[in-house]
Amino acid sequence: MAHAAGVDVGSTQTKAVVLDEARRIVGRALTDTGANVMQAAERAFAEALRDADLREDQVEYIVGTGYGRYKVTFGNTQVTEISCHARGAVHMFPATRTVLDMGGQDTKAIRVSPTGEIVDFCMNDKCAAGTGRFLGAAAAALDLPLAELGPTALRGERPVKISTTCTVFAESEVLSWVGKGRKIEDILLGVHESIAARSLGLLRRVGITPDLTFTGGVTKNRAMVEVLSRRLGMELNVGEDSHYMGALGAALFATDRILAGRAPTAAGGTA
Amino acid sequence: MVEAGAGIVGRGGEAAGRLFRSWFDGLTAAAEEGRGAAYVFVMGSVTELLRVFDFPIVFPEINSLQTAVRHVAHEYLNEAENYGYSPDICGYVKADVAVQLRRGAHPMGRIPKPALAVCTNACNTYIKWGEMWERMHGMPLFTLDVPGSRGAGVTSEPGSEDFERERRYVAGQLGELITLCERVSGRAFDVDRLREHLGHANAMQAAWRELIACNRSRPAVFNALSDGTIYLGVVNGFRGTAEGAAFFRDLLEELRYKVDHGIGTVTKEQWRLAFVGVPCYPIFRRFAELFTHWGGVFVNSTYLWFASGGAHVDFEYDLARPLESLAEGVLRTVRGAMDSMFFQAPALAEMIDPFGIDGVVFHPIKSCRTVSTGLADTRRALMELRDVPSLFIESDLMDRRVVSEAQLKNRADAFFEGLASRRAQPALAH
Repeated sequence: MAHAAGVDVGSTQTKAVVLDEARRIVGRALTDTGANVMQAAERAFAEALRDADLREDQVEYIVGTGYGRYKVTFGNTQVTEISCHARGAVHMFPATRTVLDMGGQDTKAIRVSPTGEIVDFCMNDKCAAGTGRFLGAAAAALDLPLAELGPTALRGERPVKISTTCTVFAESEVLSWVGKGRKIEDILLGVHESIAARSLGLLRRVGITPDLTFTGGVTKNRAMVEVLSRRLGMELNVGEDSHYMGALGAALFATDRILAGRAPTAAGGTA
Repeated sequence: MVEAGAGIVGRGGEAAGRLFRSWFDGLTAAAEEGRGAAYVFVMGSVTELLRVFDFPIVFPEINSLQTAVRHVAHEYLNEAENYGYSPDICGYVKADVAVQLRRGAHPMGRIPKPALAVCTNACNTYIKWGEMWERMHGMPLFTLDVPGSRGAGVTSEPGSEDFERERRYVAGQLGELITLCERVSGRAFDVDRLREHLGHANAMQAAWRELIACNRSRPAVFNALSDGTIYLGVVNGFRGTAEGAAFFRDLLEELRYKVDHGIGTVTKEQWRLAFVGVPCYPIFRRFAELFTHWGGVFVNSTYLWFASGGAHVDFEYDLARPLESLAEGVLRTVRGAMDSMFFQAPALAEMIDPFGIDGVVFHPIKSCRTVSTGLADTRRALMELRDVPSLFIESDLMDRRVVSEAQLKNRADAFFEGLASRRAQPALAH
């Protein structure tokens, strides 16, 4: 049986997914990207192989994605994470028409057609406000582990207003609210509200059509899912593997290539 | 035939380079002799008239973009910012401020001081920029107020009473400009010389329209973003001159040859694109390669419309009544340039089919609110008119600090992936 893999080298974490020919996930892995992007890609792929109980030579085609996609040197081709998140989201939730991907350094709003074709997309520009990094800055300022951000924010009742659009300045703004005696829970809820507001701006630019599927590392944060859902007035599609959506999409493109039995060309893109 | 082609193909680019060097050599000589120049802008340069008085012609916008293309813009921008100009204002202005502070020192030579400056209201910054020179050099600034379109569909048409009233308004201002030029240059106005320059401008503008039309052919014979920008330098810098007219006559011969022989500007044309906005000069070549890498060619561009001062507008000076016709030309071409920035959607929609456009790239820039504000609306309006994919990417025309190549590439790659997926869908359905 032919297997396909996708390796998503993000700014913060690197994810790998291995699929069987029926497009079922048989292995996956996640690792911090760190300074050596190439090693992170190799490590994630090796761990996903172990998870799938497969050898490297049993994987026929590999697609790299994410900002470090060209560092997936063992891969056969590269596809942008914009296409991969859209592809993964439509595969996992076929009614998807809008995708919100919130990663470490960028947030993408993607509108897709019923066939999974990208109709429009929009990303944050030259600034990490409204991304996972913004949450990281708040966590650092409050000396909290990332995993505790969501549960703590969910206990908030009166969110503070975070007005800065700069991730670096956000730290000082968070600290100024601490100085004013506001509860950590309310400050963190304010941070989540601020990120959600920026994401909504991106979503409105591409048009919000249900179903909306939420992807990327921040899907693990329950407070973000709740705040977004409340502001949008709709349930979001979020699954166990939403964090792996980019890698899943890449693996799906790899499966396509195997089934098509042809190598891609630069100009052929995702065809 | 092959030998003839070998001599023709590529000669336009080389000739443009020679013309540019001769232009800047002339400016350097003028600066060294202490002769003052006429400072003008691409939208409404009226160089046909200014050449009658033998002013060396300086386009500060072109000087500034040259610093970016030659990878030294940051030095000029930093100097202007250290002097006190904000990082948030037009990069063209700041690079020129540094040129003035450096007494005309420029990568291509030396720029003479202004004896006078002429601007139009096509760009608000033009006026403030000109006022800056007034303060620096104590020379006169002449502002031509050109009645523009106040909304799509309410433009006065030639032959109407409104148009004639507006033409007379512009003619009156040109009369005042002639008086000013006579005073500053010490030369009398010569209508026969004006007629001569208008004749050359006619030839250049007719060629400009035909040049753009050449790219309806498949494959496209020039890249509107890269080659087109080089042609723009000549259409502005040599407007109304015999050299300019000869350049475009030869260039058209080259482009027609390429059309006839199916010689494209890229090896394998995959995607035909339209460009809306201003180029990213700090990474001029690499920016174009983001698209040519995928076989994407810009076959047309709004930049070829507004940055040529509206040379794309179907207008020809009537040499039998040069002054009246000059006023009509200024009115129509400058208005055409303004419409190319503010009312683009209908024109973009109309060119989709004749140029066989697969996608439209919108490129707003931080430096220029005039050309960038409203591009998101234009994009939305175009998408309502036509089902055409588009890409919206932002950077700058001068300032490399706000040019993020990794992000630009990511978006461009995703755009082409989407185009390929879209093209594959009908094929998969069969």
